[in-house]
Amino acid sequence: MKVNGTNETLNGPLSVAGLVESRGLNPARVAVELNGDIVPRAERATTMLKDSDTVEIVSFVQGG
Amino acid sequence: MPGFTPSATPEQISKRARAFAGEHFDAKELVSEKEIRDALLERHGEATQAKLDAARVAICGCGGLGSTAAIALARIGVGHLHLIDFDVVDMTNLNRQQYFVWHVGQPKVEALKSIIYNINPYLDVRVDNVKVTDSNVRELLADDDIIAECFDVPENKTFLVNAVLENFPGKKLVAASGMAGYRSSNLISTRRVSKNFYFCGDGETAPKPGAGLMAPRVGVVSCHESNMITRLILGEEDA
Repeated sequence: MKVNGTNETLNGPLSVAGLVESRGLNPARVAVELNGDIVPRAERATTMLKDSDTVEIVSFVQGG
Repeated sequence: MPGFTPSATPEQISKRARAFAGEHFDAKELVSEKEIRDALLERHGEATQAKLDAARVAICGCGGLGSTAAIALARIGVGHLHLIDFDVVDMTNLNRQQYFVWHVGQPKVEALKSIIYNINPYLDVRVDNVKVTDSNVRELLADDDIIAECFDVPENKTFLVNAVLENFPGKKLVAASGMAGYRSSNLISTRRVSKNFYFCGDGETAPKPGAGLMAPRVGVVSCHESNMITRLILGEEDA
């Protein structure tokens, strides 16, 4: 699987929510796209990742 | 390119001087729609201006990013602007937001609308003095084709991006993050994350003591947003 342009190996079942947590990210400060489509916030815990997936995690910091 | 010929009446020219001296006039007394239009056409040409005229852009958040982006888009004559913010102007906003001292205490959307009115009083500017939530986002942004995420608080930025991508996958979304302090402008970029989602900023720089949010660098990111929006209006989809 590819995460933000870097190849990663899946070790067992992993949900989108699990991926966000494993990277130490605050789920209220990220948007996650899976193969070019947004993963709805309500579906992160039930959306399971596959080796063929391309994931983009976009993080937000303060400022505007 | 057609040259621009001023068409102001002697009365309008006189009122401009009196306005500068402190007298109050409605901006429509100072300039006709025709003269503003002639000036825009001289700079942009008919075909480009027709696309700008027809564009519908929502500015979500009217702080450093949103006030700067809205004014840039108003100056080029983007025809339909939708300003959304729940906050009032605070004195600490003036280090980076496009407001004047007399706006302090006023709703940002009203203050920004009045600035835009004095740049081009013939634009269609809609204001909503509300907080965007999951329960109002569908209705609030229904008529806008391009959405600019210009919030400040990271949870609000994240909420809007998720809500727009979930509810309106066909609309264009331009978001921003990472703009504090005075690190190099060259760390800032515009990136196309997916088909309709663009991201501007350095992606990481939050405010810290001695390097807070400041007009120059927030302005760089805001102009990345407004130029991406201009590109989308004019049919360019690459970042």
